[in-house]
Amino acid sequence: MDFGFSLSPSSAIDLDKVDLSLYRRLEQTVPDIRNCIACGSCSATCMAADYSGMSVRKLILNLQRGADVKKMLSCCMLCGKCTMVCPRGINTRKLILDVCRYYSDEKV
Amino acid sequence: MKESVVIIGGGIAGLEAASQLLALGLSPVIVEKSDHLGGHVAEWYRLFPDLSPAQELVSRLVSSASGARIYLETEISRINALKDGYSATLNNGDVLFCKAVLVCTGFHLFDAAKKEEYGYGIYDRVITNRDLEHWFGGLEDARIPDNPRAVGFVHCVGSRDVKAGNTQCSKVCCMTAIKQAIELKEKFPEAEVYCFYMDLRLFGKKYEDFYISAQRDYGIHFIRGRVSEVSEDIDGRLLVKAEDTLSGKPLKVRLDLLVLMAGMVCSPQTGRIASMVRADVDDDGFLRSRDNIYSIVESGRKGIFFAGACTGTKTVPETVAEARAAALSAFRYIKEKA
Repeated sequence: MDFGFSLSPSSAIDLDKVDLSLYRRLEQTVPDIRNCIACGSCSATCMAADYSGMSVRKLILNLQRGADVKKMLSCCMLCGKCTMVCPRGINTRKLILDVCRYYSDEKV
Repeated sequence: MKESVVIIGGGIAGLEAASQLLALGLSPVIVEKSDHLGGHVAEWYRLFPDLSPAQELVSRLVSSASGARIYLETEISRINALKDGYSATLNNGDVLFCKAVLVCTGFHLFDAAKKEEYGYGIYDRVITNRDLEHWFGGLEDARIPDNPRAVGFVHCVGSRDVKAGNTQCSKVCCMTAIKQAIELKEKFPEAEVYCFYMDLRLFGKKYEDFYISAQRDYGIHFIRGRVSEVSEDIDGRLLVKAEDTLSGKPLKVRLDLLVLMAGMVCSPQTGRIASMVRADVDDDGFLRSRDNIYSIVESGRKGIFFAGACTGTKTVPETVAEARAAALSAFRYIKEKA
């Protein structure tokens, strides 16, 4: 029934309820993922960021908060510039590929 | 007879200064208000960055200062300027004549109960960095659960807080939080550990390595956002709210223990001593050095010297180095006058 109004869903993050299964899996395959200091150099150098909102910083944060990353990832061109600039040496390329692999496994 | 220097405060600064003054051939007298030497460090368990026992450092300092005259549980009642020095009257009636006075009155740990929103003294599972350190050192604490699932650390409690009257950064708490988070994770490997920070100020040697290790080897989570409020649920667990400023979203999490990183504030004794020796107090309540680059250990007054956290927040190695510098400055002052 339409009452002419709706409630907007809460945008709050509840760390007790977030699904971290993908993050936990990535911690095994790309342990560097824990080392992110959210400096943003990956986003600043990203070729796709200006047009698509792609950002490895946000990708990692979203993974840590159990949020969806599919849409963002579809814009990555795997140029590797983020890997080059990361001061903590995170293998962002492997991270992105592993996330893609997780989603393609999921489909199967 | 050897020239005497009165040292106010028997913490690590006072002890190290005393041992250096002894080596320089002077006669230091330590006046300590509490019943023990070593000050705050004597109550600590392990020191960053080497995780060395604090007691080891204190014992070493106490033994090298043992040649000094030491008054415990004694306070200074009055200091008078004389023609070529000072006389200090103690509350036990003794009068000490000296050529120079070295103020080593240290700091005071911020009273975390003043930040009511964090619930210290209200909820059972909220403790401070000092409480946790005491527990590491073997003291019982009923507030610390046997098997916590989730633990949080709140950085900057009472520091960088204009409303609390403390604009200064306490310097040591970021590193202490990481040290204690790692120590806690070693005791409870299954627990999730969260650090709520505004900035991480890891300026010292090996500090950044600790940070990397906390993330990489211990999986400690760092959340950029100041905790805004803490409440208790029906099971006694804590519901902690903060903004996850990196995602721009409000965040909440249930914890079994919350550790507040109480900062350093000026000691209430410092103002009293400052007025006795007519030294200036800075806007932050700490003593004002002659300048903050070259003459940190010197006051604006002849024969009055400072060492350690009475002039501002300091780490242990900074305090010890300053105590040596102050001892040398006092020595040169006395020799040049003679």
